[in-house]
Amino acid sequence: MHTLARAFSAPAFRELGYWLFRYRRTWRGSIVISIGNPLLFLTALGLGLGTLVDREDSAYLHGHSYLTFILPGILIAGVMQTAFLEASGPVMQSAMSRGSYRAAASTPLEPAGILYGHLMYWILRATQNAVLFTCVSMFFGTVDPARAPLLVLVAVLVAVAFAAPAAAWAVTVTRPSQINVMFRFVVLPLYMFSGTFFPIEQLPVSLQWVAWATPLWHGVDLGRTVALGTATPYGVLIHIGYLSVMVVIGLYVARRTYRRKLYV
Amino acid sequence: MTDSSTVLIDAQGLRKVYGRPGDKAGFTAVDGIDFQVRRGEAFGVLGANGAGKSSTMRMIACVSPPTAGSLRILGYDSGADGAKIRARLGVVPQDDTIDTELTVRENLLIYGRYFGLSWKVLRERSTRLLEFTRLSEKADDAVATLSGGMRRRLTIARALINEPEIVLLDEPTTGLDPQARHLLWERLFQLKQDGVTLLLTTHYMDEAEQICDRLVVMDAGKIVAEGAPAELIARYTLREVLELRFAPGERQIMTDKCRGLAERMEELPDRLLLSTDNGEETLSAVHRQGVQPLTALVRRSSLEDVFLTLTGRSLLD
Repeated sequence: MHTLARAFSAPAFRELGYWLFRYRRTWRGSIVISIGNPLLFLTALGLGLGTLVDREDSAYLHGHSYLTFILPGILIAGVMQTAFLEASGPVMQSAMSRGSYRAAASTPLEPAGILYGHLMYWILRATQNAVLFTCVSMFFGTVDPARAPLLVLVAVLVAVAFAAPAAAWAVTVTRPSQINVMFRFVVLPLYMFSGTFFPIEQLPVSLQWVAWATPLWHGVDLGRTVALGTATPYGVLIHIGYLSVMVVIGLYVARRTYRRKLYV
Repeated sequence: MTDSSTVLIDAQGLRKVYGRPGDKAGFTAVDGIDFQVRRGEAFGVLGANGAGKSSTMRMIACVSPPTAGSLRILGYDSGADGAKIRARLGVVPQDDTIDTELTVRENLLIYGRYFGLSWKVLRERSTRLLEFTRLSEKADDAVATLSGGMRRRLTIARALINEPEIVLLDEPTTGLDPQARHLLWERLFQLKQDGVTLLLTTHYMDEAEQICDRLVVMDAGKIVAEGAPAELIARYTLREVLELRFAPGERQIMTDKCRGLAERMEELPDRLLLSTDNGEETLSAVHRQGVQPLTALVRRSSLEDVFLTLTGRSLLD
């Protein structure tokens, strides 16, 4: 409870205010991206690849069109990618000697307040992206409006589950190239092999085990089963449990790394 | 000597060791220093690079926990009440943390929000502070268009947004041209007149002499002297200094000839300094010895000479 109470204390909202103030400059562009992104996927994967896949009528899709199958996965994987990008580069920069975290740390803000304020910003950004993405998808009839709010909630949980550990790590990073390496060798493989574009049941059994272990698969599978109405209580519990552990560990470590970095 | 209402900063046995606790290879940046800063005074920490000035400043700014010793600021313990202390401090760091994506005024507004001030108060204060730091015309410009001196003034304006009781300035004029420095000193002097307590680090003698009522000289993490600039000069130096420069080939011979002509002699890489009570007399003595310097200059002793006497090194090494 201590952590939660601190998360919503006034100082954290001041840090959120800082990021929202900056966001005023870029919000229009970001909304265009949030709407354009699903449109691109709907076109390329619905009219293009989807037509090809649906012709085969794969049993792995359990009777869903490829587009209906893939959209929740793309939303969740996209949210993860955005969460990583927003919680890595900007955090590293902010923690540098001329960064905004340093300015905030010289005011009454504590490192934990800085962390929670920035986290709230990532939550708002993920919510915005997920809402716009699902709205566009609903418009094209690929997401059931009744299940759309649940899909948004899953997306936000996934965003926090990735943003918290990413920030915990990024605050200790000193070279931008380290973030590129992490993106290329961890985030992109996750994006490709966590069941985003295809059911992992198609993979050889050994690779399926790897996929089950990856955090993104839990997010993708949770989002997809919720969106398609095929969720089982047992599956939902495991997925939410896995992602929640990431949140808790991520925040625990981030509180320590933030303090260590900002209070040298 | 002083009561707690007038002593704003009280450091006793203050130490800062970088590296993990118990780590033998830890680096001691501040090695047990004691000092007090009183309300309304301009207090300087003078020292060469690496003397421990910035580490001391960061501890006082409550963003660096002391390894040992006690540090009380505004009556609070720096470790337990950091947030309360920071609410009443203004910080001008060595590396300025101005946000280059915001305008000049926005930088003041958004920084002020960190102190929980209302937009109304901030709009009024930002206008006043931009005027004070002579940046009104730049209010709506991007930070990128500011010169080095303007950026530093913006950092000072920002540090004043919460109307702090103590302003910490870490090498405020390093890297600025002479004109920008003089404007900055003039503004700092005004702040001092307004009753704000200033604590600044510097490795410029003229800066310390101009602004500081009292200062400590730091060397290798320790305080080696404390007092008002004039007191320190009187205590550690003779009245005048004769500075001699020689042609490169003759240096050693000429230096040897000068030995014994002054009470104290310091050899610097580029010149020879002779401390004396009467520079002109010493210069005559030098000439009588057949020493022919390229240039000879008699000047009043300064803090630079205090530092040289105390540490055997020049400040700007």
